[in-house]
Amino acid sequence: MTEPGRTILFRDARLVEPGGREGPGGLLVRDGLIADIAWGAVPDAPEGAEVVDCAGHVLAPGIIDLGVKVGEPGERHKESFRTAGLAAAAGGVTTMITRPDTLPPIDTPEALEFAIRRAREVSPVRVQPMAALTKGREGREMTEIGLLRDAGAVAFTDADRVVRDTRVLARALVYAGAMGALVIHHAQEPMLSAGACATSGAFATRLGLPAVPPMAERMGVARDLALAEMTGARLHLDRITTAGALPLLARARAAGLAVTAGADIHHLTLNELDIGDYRTFFKFTPPLRAESDRAAVVGAVADGLIDVIGSFHTPQDEESKRLPYEDAAPGAVGLQTLLPAALRLVHAGALTLPRLWACLSANPARLLGLPQGRLARGAPADLVLFDPDLPFVLNRHDLMSKSKNTPFDLARMQGRVLGSWVAGRRVWG
Amino acid sequence: MLSVRHLLGIESLPPDDILAILDLAERHVELGRRGAPAPGGLEGRSLVTMFFEPSTRTRASFELAGQRLGAHVLNMSMTSSSLKKGESLIDTALTLNAMRPDLLVVRHPASGAVNLLAQKVDCAVINAGDGRHEHPTQALLDALTIRRRKGRLQRLTVAICGDIAHSRVARSNILLLGKLDNRIRLVGPRTLIPAGIETLGVEVTDDMARGLEDADVVMMLRLQRERMDGGFIPSEREYYHRFGLDAAKLARARPDAIVMHPGPMNRGVEIDGTLADDINRSVIQEQVEMGVAVRMAVLELLARGRSRGAGGGDD
Repeated sequence: MTEPGRTILFRDARLVEPGGREGPGGLLVRDGLIADIAWGAVPDAPEGAEVVDCAGHVLAPGIIDLGVKVGEPGERHKESFRTAGLAAAAGGVTTMITRPDTLPPIDTPEALEFAIRRAREVSPVRVQPMAALTKGREGREMTEIGLLRDAGAVAFTDADRVVRDTRVLARALVYAGAMGALVIHHAQEPMLSAGACATSGAFATRLGLPAVPPMAERMGVARDLALAEMTGARLHLDRITTAGALPLLARARAAGLAVTAGADIHHLTLNELDIGDYRTFFKFTPPLRAESDRAAVVGAVADGLIDVIGSFHTPQDEESKRLPYEDAAPGAVGLQTLLPAALRLVHAGALTLPRLWACLSANPARLLGLPQGRLARGAPADLVLFDPDLPFVLNRHDLMSKSKNTPFDLARMQGRVLGSWVAGRRVWG
Repeated sequence: MLSVRHLLGIESLPPDDILAILDLAERHVELGRRGAPAPGGLEGRSLVTMFFEPSTRTRASFELAGQRLGAHVLNMSMTSSSLKKGESLIDTALTLNAMRPDLLVVRHPASGAVNLLAQKVDCAVINAGDGRHEHPTQALLDALTIRRRKGRLQRLTVAICGDIAHSRVARSNILLLGKLDNRIRLVGPRTLIPAGIETLGVEVTDDMARGLEDADVVMMLRLQRERMDGGFIPSEREYYHRFGLDAAKLARARPDAIVMHPGPMNRGVEIDGTLADDINRSVIQEQVEMGVAVRMAVLELLARGRSRGAGGGDD
């Protein structure tokens, strides 16, 4: 992907360093890598360099989206590596960390190699695949974690399926932990949440929907943290959505466990009332929560307790959403709306841009051991240039994804991507 | 005419509409009791019933109501026809819509399914029960029964007893009686009381004696055995012991309290058989009679809101 010999100067930018500073400056890119960073006045362009005038807009590391579902193999009519890659490029996502919950699931080196090959052929942005933690995502036997890692899997997860059998999860953690592989798990008490499509409370009761108490998440988190303590393995909890889970996570962190956690952009920006009159584009697993939970999780992102924000991009065709709420498929596309939705939190004063960017690029990179995602000399020049203030009304049919299932259809948003670069090569704008 | 185009639930139905339906239904009851000929009024109109769940009484009640008004009635049994061939709810609705019926009565096992359907068709849609969400005509016929027996529909103490969690009848009744300023008590095992129900302005207890104290109306619900995935109650006999309505428990209510049940009853589970048949206390048969009258009123008022044969509406 790198272009040897090519030099680009980004000037008049507002640079955002993940977890660090923010201010005017410029970047020099050479051979697909960040060659130099200048805060304040930017030196003149070297001879022969291409110059990108950023006109005061924000230049930051490209987003690393942890937990993207692509419909290959099995559901290419919902999303292909090509359409997902285009949506990513348009959304400022320069690395997609893909999920293994495909049909069939990615649980063998052969399946993984297929995904990597397809991604390489057609995706304009980087793809780093995850593999299933258990065979068939059935929670009974661990996958060939060693072979899969050698084949390129960056993490192991059964996606939104809970590994119910505690002994299976314990052994997988021990085995993966010993070789330093990252396990990502969805924390949830599976029996309490079985069949639920809403969060217990007045709203679900009024709509008559089968509901799960928010406590089910705390229970799942408690078990998983106990397993992390017992095994000493690294564990990432994919998405925390309730206030009740946060004190447990804080205690585990304080005790020095190697535990990290993510949040899903939809649970950070929407609450259960958005479901309104049974709107299936707002159906998620876990279900949207009460406003108090949403606000608490946003606070945990700001405080650094939650490390990663992802879109959990889940393409669904119209048929799987045009059903009664209970029967409709969960999930939403998010690659292209992750940035403007996350900027809502910045515009609301809940997060600073550097903190947001720690969650969008540097932290997922650190978790997965990737070199990109940083604003540092020698790092890959994966970049996004955007105007954080530009207002627009989202039309779902304008999205690049093959599936158009976004909860932000017709929403007023702010923030537009002006350009995306992968290894110094422009892939959008 | 009603202010709404469809009858999807009591929640979206203003009190004036509720009273308009009850007043018209009352006239149908009187005419019916006098043995007057069927009143007609919907000649040339078509009514389609689509039941995605088995039903005997509600479906028969709508069918009879439509026929007494002179409408063409077509019953589609959805459990047996196209659904088995994999046709989706929306496709079924669109197919039906192309036949341009005037009125569509729908029952579906999923909450919100009738709302979804109503967005896709031009005719007036009547919810005959969706999942555990609402069953508006049942609440309306219950209200008419209460008003006729009690002479009013305000400031009454109504005890709704049993499986609240799985009951659309309970939700619609709570909403309707609440809109008209009544005191509502929910009585049932805590496992069958849904979270946050207090926000609807009801009192909750798991003690029948306390719940029935001085009640004007005792409304029993059917224990929805087919919806229970197990473990809500230890056994039917314990349920009957603690929550089944018998003469002793009823003695806590006002002496003139009426006993209601939406049917079909599980005798010996939620209600004592003898009590259910006691014509001095039980109004269960009258509820069935009111059902036809209320459904006639609903069909008539919704049909009046439509220009003949056109898909006109206000939303």
